[in-house]
Amino acid sequence: MSTRALAKDQPASFAFNAEMMAQSKRIIAKYPSGRQASAVIPLLDLAQRQEGWVTRPAIEEISKILDMAPMRVLEVATFYTMFNLAPVGKTHVQICTSVSCWLRGSNEVVRACKERLGIGMGQATPDGLFSVGELECAGACVNAPVIQVGDHYYEDLDFASAGKLLDALKRGENPACGSVTGRDGSAPAGSAVTLTEKPTPPPKQDFAAAKTAFEKAKADAAAKAAAPKA
Amino acid sequence: MLADKDRIFTNLYGRHDWRLAGARARGDWDGTKEILDMGPDWIVDEMKRSGLRGRGGAGFPTGLKWSFMPKTESDRPHYLVVNADEGEPGTCKDRDMLRFDPHKLVEGCLIASFAMRAHACYIYIRGEFYNEASNLQAAIDEAYAAGLIGDNACGSGWKFDLYLHRGAGAYICGEETALIESLEGKKGQPRLKPPFPAVVGLYGCPTTVNNVESIAVAPTILRRGAAWFAGIGRPNNTGTKVFCISGNVNKPCNVEDAMSIPLKELIEKHAGGVRGGWDNLQAIIPGGASVPVIPKSICDTVLMDFDSLRDVKSGLGTAAVMVMDKSVDIVACISRLSTFYKHESCGQCTPCREGTGWLARVMKRMVKGEATLGEIDTLEQVTYQIEGHTICALGDAAAWPVQGLIRHFRPELERRIRDYRDAKVSERAAA
Repeated sequence: MSTRALAKDQPASFAFNAEMMAQSKRIIAKYPSGRQASAVIPLLDLAQRQEGWVTRPAIEEISKILDMAPMRVLEVATFYTMFNLAPVGKTHVQICTSVSCWLRGSNEVVRACKERLGIGMGQATPDGLFSVGELECAGACVNAPVIQVGDHYYEDLDFASAGKLLDALKRGENPACGSVTGRDGSAPAGSAVTLTEKPTPPPKQDFAAAKTAFEKAKADAAAKAAAPKA
Repeated sequence: MLADKDRIFTNLYGRHDWRLAGARARGDWDGTKEILDMGPDWIVDEMKRSGLRGRGGAGFPTGLKWSFMPKTESDRPHYLVVNADEGEPGTCKDRDMLRFDPHKLVEGCLIASFAMRAHACYIYIRGEFYNEASNLQAAIDEAYAAGLIGDNACGSGWKFDLYLHRGAGAYICGEETALIESLEGKKGQPRLKPPFPAVVGLYGCPTTVNNVESIAVAPTILRRGAAWFAGIGRPNNTGTKVFCISGNVNKPCNVEDAMSIPLKELIEKHAGGVRGGWDNLQAIIPGGASVPVIPKSICDTVLMDFDSLRDVKSGLGTAAVMVMDKSVDIVACISRLSTFYKHESCGQCTPCREGTGWLARVMKRMVKGEATLGEIDTLEQVTYQIEGHTICALGDAAAWPVQGLIRHFRPELERRIRDYRDAKVSERAAA
């Protein structure tokens, strides 16, 4: 298991801004009354979006909003690895190094980060603009290697394209996410093998006939069960 | 090869409109009311007859699972929970359904919930899938606006609410009871079974947890008929399946094909073959990180289905095929998986919490050969002490890759140990 603890230096206070407060109300409404604790992960996510990381005052505030013991919220914040328990760079780059990405050269992406940003896994640039972290399987394995920047995935990278992407991020640009080689989603590169035809609605079965057959089978089974054993 | 007309996910690559209008043009939401009018019992029976086995990894028959839910509503509401916490290394099939075919899932949620007498459904999506969650939420909003779900879903008189819930990065939440705990706002630590979720699940109420793919294929199965689906593949391994082919192939991709397709055909037809040709193949992990690796000799003939892969002591899992050619350090690869399981163990059961760390440490030494020959057996014994001794299957999942490695690549482990020892001896002699 991964052991995580809150950062030593903590801000004095936390409050959701108006927009986040409105969002948190909408989220809490998704769950049955009395089950508002279900909203703890989404609310921690909102806090992180607002502050950049999950602070102790945020945990305390959320525990009040959701009427939970602060300890329960702390447990959740430390358990789930998407919550940054210490400040991260303004641009947080997460590199997937799990097997599918590793097989297709995630080490080269790590090397590109080192070369362009001067930092390795778990480090941040001194100006606080960039940080690099490891991601345990992004779930985009056929588009490996993958990095996640903020909410976006960049796929099909290699040393050169990862370097180009990082340069663009350094210039403050917002490159389009997805495959950097221009693939359609998870389709094989090059000419299509499947899904070459224009999709059409599939044929429908005869529901009336199906219903009749189902009722008959049910009646037969009931009759069989009721019949005296020979 | 499966014909395009028999594929369920016709927008798998996102080449067409994923919104409601596009989904309707592809046949989604066509006659949903007719299906609902057939009644819950017919739906469950039809799902049973289709032979669909759960697509999340365990392969439990979906129709049978649905039939475990109480037949009548009580003061405890029923819930359907959809597991979209995809994160098994190698697996990325649900992602495409969520972002490019979200209406198949939304329609499936309605039909499955209706069949299990649930008025509410939660979709638990992994937190990293932000853009995927955005598409799915848009599809849910469209379905509400069109009256397809809501107070009178599709005009059937059935009240149905669908909610999207984002997780926050924990592989273990793909385990159904950990997912339920997480959805209740707790750490994702699995529950003991029994009681099973169908009796005591979300908020203590009857709950069924299904994988995205299992739910998303349901509307098409019901529309076309169980016989159509059951006619594809082999008996007990029916239907179509989305395979994820990653690693050392020329064209990694996701593809939907018939269950029981030979592994070699799958890779050569769809993924452009193994890098350097089929003879350059070393080994394949055929069903996501948690199933044992199989060497080329088995890959030559094995079929991609539950029973065929079980017979060779591996598994279909999520049908995530990870291909390794001869240039790959197979020991380092399995060591990487051991590191993954160490990181993702929830820490609840001692054999898993301590054992995954133990496996990861020994595997790191095995990569270099820094071990004794006897430690290979010790390592294997440790895997058997973890397997079957934990609340959930994560312990088993951590044990199996290492077992597979020892089963098929013991000579390689031994060679490394000897080489390391010989190098040390000559180092000392030189000094």
